[in-house]
Amino acid sequence: MAEDTATERPQTDTRSYDRLVIRFAGDSGDGMQLAGSRFTDASALFGNDLATLPSFPAEIRAPAGTLPGVSSFQVQIADFDILTAGDAPDCLVAMNPAALKKNLKDLRDGGTLIINRDAFDERNLAKAGFDTNPLEDGTLKGYRVIEVPMDELTTLAVKDTGVSGRDVLRSKNFFALGLMAWLFSRPTQPTLDWIDKKFARNPAVAAANAAAFKAGFNFGETTEATRTTFEVKPATLPEGTYTNITGNTALAWGLIAASQKSGLPLFYGTYPITPASDILHELSRHKNFGVRTLQAEDEIAGIGTAIGAAFAGSLAVTGSSGPGIALKSEAISLAFMLELPLLVINVQRGGPSTGLPTKPEQSDLLFSLYGRHGESPIPVLAIASASDAFYMAIEAARIAVKYMTPVLLLSDNYIANGSEPWKLPNLDSIPEIEVEFAKHPNGPDGKFLPYMRDFDTFSRPWAVPGTPGLEHRVGGLEKEAITGNVSYDPANHQLMVDSRAWKVANIANDVPEVEVEGDEDAELLVLGWGSTYGANRAAARRARLEGVKVATAHLRYLNPLPRNLGDVLRRFPKVLIPELNTGQLLKHLRSEYLIDATGLNKVMGEPFKVAEITAKIMEMTK
Amino acid sequence: MTLSYTRADFQTDQEVRWCPGCGDYTILASVQQFLAGLGRPREEFVFVSGIGCSSRFPYYMNTYGMHSIHGRAPAIATGIAATRPDLSVWVITGDGDALSIGGNHLIHALRRNVNIKILLFNNQIYGLTKGQYSPTSEMGKTTKSSPFGSIDHPFNPVSLALGAEATFVARTLDMDRNLTQAVLQKAYEHEGTSFIEIYQNCNVFNDKAFIQLTGKEERVHNRIDLEHGKPIVFDEGRKAVIMRDGQATIVDAASVDPKAILVHDETRPDPSIAFALSRLSHGPFGPTPLGVFRNVSRPTYESEMSRQLEEAKEKRGPGDLGKLIRSLGTWTVDEAGAITEN
Repeated sequence: MAEDTATERPQTDTRSYDRLVIRFAGDSGDGMQLAGSRFTDASALFGNDLATLPSFPAEIRAPAGTLPGVSSFQVQIADFDILTAGDAPDCLVAMNPAALKKNLKDLRDGGTLIINRDAFDERNLAKAGFDTNPLEDGTLKGYRVIEVPMDELTTLAVKDTGVSGRDVLRSKNFFALGLMAWLFSRPTQPTLDWIDKKFARNPAVAAANAAAFKAGFNFGETTEATRTTFEVKPATLPEGTYTNITGNTALAWGLIAASQKSGLPLFYGTYPITPASDILHELSRHKNFGVRTLQAEDEIAGIGTAIGAAFAGSLAVTGSSGPGIALKSEAISLAFMLELPLLVINVQRGGPSTGLPTKPEQSDLLFSLYGRHGESPIPVLAIASASDAFYMAIEAARIAVKYMTPVLLLSDNYIANGSEPWKLPNLDSIPEIEVEFAKHPNGPDGKFLPYMRDFDTFSRPWAVPGTPGLEHRVGGLEKEAITGNVSYDPANHQLMVDSRAWKVANIANDVPEVEVEGDEDAELLVLGWGSTYGANRAAARRARLEGVKVATAHLRYLNPLPRNLGDVLRRFPKVLIPELNTGQLLKHLRSEYLIDATGLNKVMGEPFKVAEITAKIMEMTK
Repeated sequence: MTLSYTRADFQTDQEVRWCPGCGDYTILASVQQFLAGLGRPREEFVFVSGIGCSSRFPYYMNTYGMHSIHGRAPAIATGIAATRPDLSVWVITGDGDALSIGGNHLIHALRRNVNIKILLFNNQIYGLTKGQYSPTSEMGKTTKSSPFGSIDHPFNPVSLALGAEATFVARTLDMDRNLTQAVLQKAYEHEGTSFIEIYQNCNVFNDKAFIQLTGKEERVHNRIDLEHGKPIVFDEGRKAVIMRDGQATIVDAASVDPKAILVHDETRPDPSIAFALSRLSHGPFGPTPLGVFRNVSRPTYESEMSRQLEEAKEKRGPGDLGKLIRSLGTWTVDEAGAITEN
């Protein structure tokens, strides 16, 4: 089924859809992220497939009521396996004029608007830049508008619960959530249970939130605000146990899994930066797994501590976003030179510089591939979706320790903060990561040769301090092959540069080939990497419904590239590469394979809309 | 396990390549001698350095070692010490490495009290890059990069370390092997970050910078040897240090009541008096204190980290990955597509 054809199935009061897009928007203090994620969880338990896209300002508390202070949360719910958080919302909740102003342009024609009427006073209208009241001046013609005095009704609902003062209106997001639960036929019990659990220590707040939630639901049911509600039937998801997960959480859990599978203690040395900090937050909670987290004094110290931990025998990880990775660049080259295993996570955001720190972009690809001094071609992997982060963390760790090399693992803000249902894996089916520390001298007359390479992997031994007889020195100066002694010999430098590059290039023989999905005889291949995974596949689905033959492929390995990629690219007359940058993979593939490809590029701080990619596919296959 | 080592056991087969006459040779010999005397297994030592002449040090130590990048050795050593409290981790650095490019890492290692031993070879010049002024060069110093004299006010490394509330701070001289051995012993025994400034002569680019403390005549008048529990007197008893108006002040010993002479106490919890002593000199150009300024006890970073891990394991049991991935709430879809919240 296609995501752009929200097919109506007529019924008496409740209209049934195959998929709907809902967006909660309000001031960043209005609790919209919370309302959105509760709606999401209730939908997951109801059985819908779903995907979410939170969007929040870079400022922690921009002035209340202003456009920069608007925070939103979008979720797509569907009765089939969904791939993105949706393009245009079918329903928009606007808690104040600024939220309306910022989000109205996205609402589809004829879409439903839920408006907190109480917030539309002169002051708020002025702050949002409205000259006249959009509720009265015809701006909203063509939409189904449900105006609700949410402040007033929330105040009434919570009056006997014991909250007072400013706390009263804090519950209005639950009022909105209750109304949405009714409007979209969501079960209410999961939310009420969650409120009880979450606010167990503060019974008055729990009671107020529950009262506001019920009041919102009842308001929908008993008033004549609207006679029509919506429903999206459960999806037929494969049998299994599911949880709803964001990319940052999945990544943190993947690192813990890699630690368990390798038997190496996990060390995470880092410096706080949006949007990577949640990985630190999550890991720092799990000390009973033996996880050591270190919040360093700066980005360089973050990776420095990780390099130390790697030398000393930990599964060492550092994480950041673009600007922080730039600061770590010298140290990444050191790890490459030392040939120590290290994971470097880059949760990409809009750049350059501070750029758009809370928005997704894929603009660090060339930086990852080429952005270091000297010849330092390190492996680069990219996560495709929130749940994929779990597996890619394990894979990156496997490559790092097997090949004794730093590995860059790319995520982005869409993957990091967006969520999707994840069918939990059988943990026993995930292979162990084999690690063998050097225990005995490997050279003649009992000498230890720290740069003696393994015949198959070209990897060097990992000898950790504390091992008798293997005392050795590593360093940033060029090393003599085999012995590791400092060497300025010209031929040796050539050999070592070639050896390090060859070691990494050879990883192509140890990773899966790229798979082509869809029509093998298609005229067009849509090739993606990173978070465009869902949008590319959804766009291809839609195009196929229009009778177009199209294939898709997705890259999780960007260095080295899958060994069959050149053949795949040459098999299709046309190649389309959608990227949230100005054409970085395109440029790289042209230089690697001399193939022509077409880019679809956007840097607007938001993911692709499926319709944008579909339109490009249609244009290219006309 | 106590092993019987000689200095040779800590030497590598690599040719030592400092300039002939460099103070680094003496320090290397002192450290090798000291470690041999400990009898601790050689494989338990890790030497980490940054960039600079002194930072070649690990290549000459037959232990585990890393010659890393400019200024970052304290961060790398922190990662080693934090994950492996069983090791003895040493940082070898210089005035440019530790106080210029790596200043941030130095002060944060000191404040965290990571169990690492930092030896700062201070020669008050950039040697490896051939003679530019360093963050400890005196004002007005004429060098290749300051032909009209340096206009940078220098750091006093001991004051800096005390300002960062380092738990162990000392100063010694490359040529004074006895003092160096004594200071190394105390630094090694100290649990936490030990900071030792070593005045080190660069005979090529800044020769005789420390002549006031090493010259036969001069040292008699200028060495203030700090000894724990003893009144601070020097210059063969002619001079003494007292506290006056909140400052450490040098006076004629005969001119004050002996009870007024400051008694050195390296264990004072508050670093203020140690700091006052460090202000007696602004570089080795007159009377200069040598020895241990401060030696106090505070929990180390890694002991606190290990404690939190142990407590978490005790309280929540060892990590269970299966439980973790179910911790945000799950639902189950059965064969027929029916959904149950778990």
